[in-house]
Amino acid sequence: MSLELVFEYLFSRTFFDGAVLTLLITITSLFFGVLAGLVVALLQETKIRSLQVVTLVYLWLFRGTPVLFQIIFIYNVLPTFGIRLSAFLSAVIALSLNEGAYMAEILRSGLQAVKTGQRTAGLALGMTKAKVMRFIVIPQAARIVLPPMGNQMIGMLKTSALVSVIAVEELLLVANQTASASFRYFEALTAAGIYYLALTTIFMAGQFFLERSLDPKRGRRKAAPAPLIERLTHMTETAETR
Amino acid sequence: MRSQDHQPLLDIINIDKSFGALKILKGCSLKVNRKETVVVIGPSGSGKSTLLRCLNLLEPADSGAILFDGKDIAGDLRNAPAVRREIGMVFQNFELFQHLSAAENIMLAPMKVSGLSRSDAHDLATDLLRKVHIPEKADFFPDELSGGQQQRVAIARALAMKPKLMLYDEPTSALDPEMIREVLDVMAELSSDGMTSIVVTHEMGFAKRAADQIVFMESGQIIENATSEDFFSGTVNERAQRFLDQILH
Repeated sequence: MSLELVFEYLFSRTFFDGAVLTLLITITSLFFGVLAGLVVALLQETKIRSLQVVTLVYLWLFRGTPVLFQIIFIYNVLPTFGIRLSAFLSAVIALSLNEGAYMAEILRSGLQAVKTGQRTAGLALGMTKAKVMRFIVIPQAARIVLPPMGNQMIGMLKTSALVSVIAVEELLLVANQTASASFRYFEALTAAGIYYLALTTIFMAGQFFLERSLDPKRGRRKAAPAPLIERLTHMTETAETR
Repeated sequence: MRSQDHQPLLDIINIDKSFGALKILKGCSLKVNRKETVVVIGPSGSGKSTLLRCLNLLEPADSGAILFDGKDIAGDLRNAPAVRREIGMVFQNFELFQHLSAAENIMLAPMKVSGLSRSDAHDLATDLLRKVHIPEKADFFPDELSGGQQQRVAIARALAMKPKLMLYDEPTSALDPEMIREVLDVMAELSSDGMTSIVVTHEMGFAKRAADQIVFMESGQIIENATSEDFFSGTVNERAQRFLDQILH
């Protein structure tokens, strides 16, 4: 075991590039995944039968098969239909479509959690459906979906390791290759683990700040709850002695 | 009748409304004059709420005409947002926007629909909150207000669009008894200031105080339509009288 080697890997070009690629895959897939999820969630809101069937089939396919299967399928089967994609692109498409299916469900639950009465009240004020959506439904839904969305985003960072099977040089593949060349498994995997933890920590912090900024009561001073000891002494003071 | 204007503000002519096979409204007709307050009573399921929701086109009537300020609004749903701007509505469950403070609830539609500036809308909200007697609650959120305060903010929110007509759909049914009064007081003040209103309620005390016209509905039909004086002097039909006895215990 050599801590020096861990540091050496940590600051090596290959590991850094691997981490950057992991982050890139994660962020691109999240972006398109959220987009796909939003489209699907809104399509389900339209109550048009044929569109609903299409979205249901999509959700059924992508929630019903393993992500690993989807990655391998897109990379290996699409070329037989003449669609040849780079490994990176295949990875991003597979992860985006998979993410979209889960995001759609999260976003739909958020939209549905805003009760119809709120929409009715907006309409009754003369707002159009689009304005009701923009100023009444989405701001309320956003606060509801943020925690589960944060979960999904951190999950995606870790799921991105799966694309190593189609030879995308992301963090885990880099670590594994380094280790099998030098037999320094502890050092190489520790370095990768540190990168993963650093990235997820950044994501968690981002979620925390986003949640705080969406709190409508932010910036408002709340009476700090009395400290426990103070409350206890108060209770004993007022309690009757027996 | 307090109004001098001969053309009624609202003239509902023979409207029907069904949900599937269920007929909710069967040929309802009603005239509401300017500055008049009409109280609609009747057993639950009699179509009172549906009647209100047809008036601001939340539910389109199947047939019949609704003349609002001389224009038939029943036919064309594309005009719905424009019509609703002139008809304020207050709901049983208040339906304040949970993510906005009391003042912001009132400001939203004037800013996003009428295009008022933020500061003008804020001034308007301040005036209206004073009118409903809770100016000190401007920065409170709905979950920090009592039911009675929430409903008064909801009334102020509807007034912010300067409607010609106010619809109240059982505005005090979801309130604890001690809060009913403060809401009814605000409504009665508005009525006596000349706000044309249609109120679905079981509060007969309010009807006695503020109503010019009292309408009794049963199974989708308007069975009795009397002036307040006639109604409370007991010259109403037998079915209305029986319902009245029930709600007054």
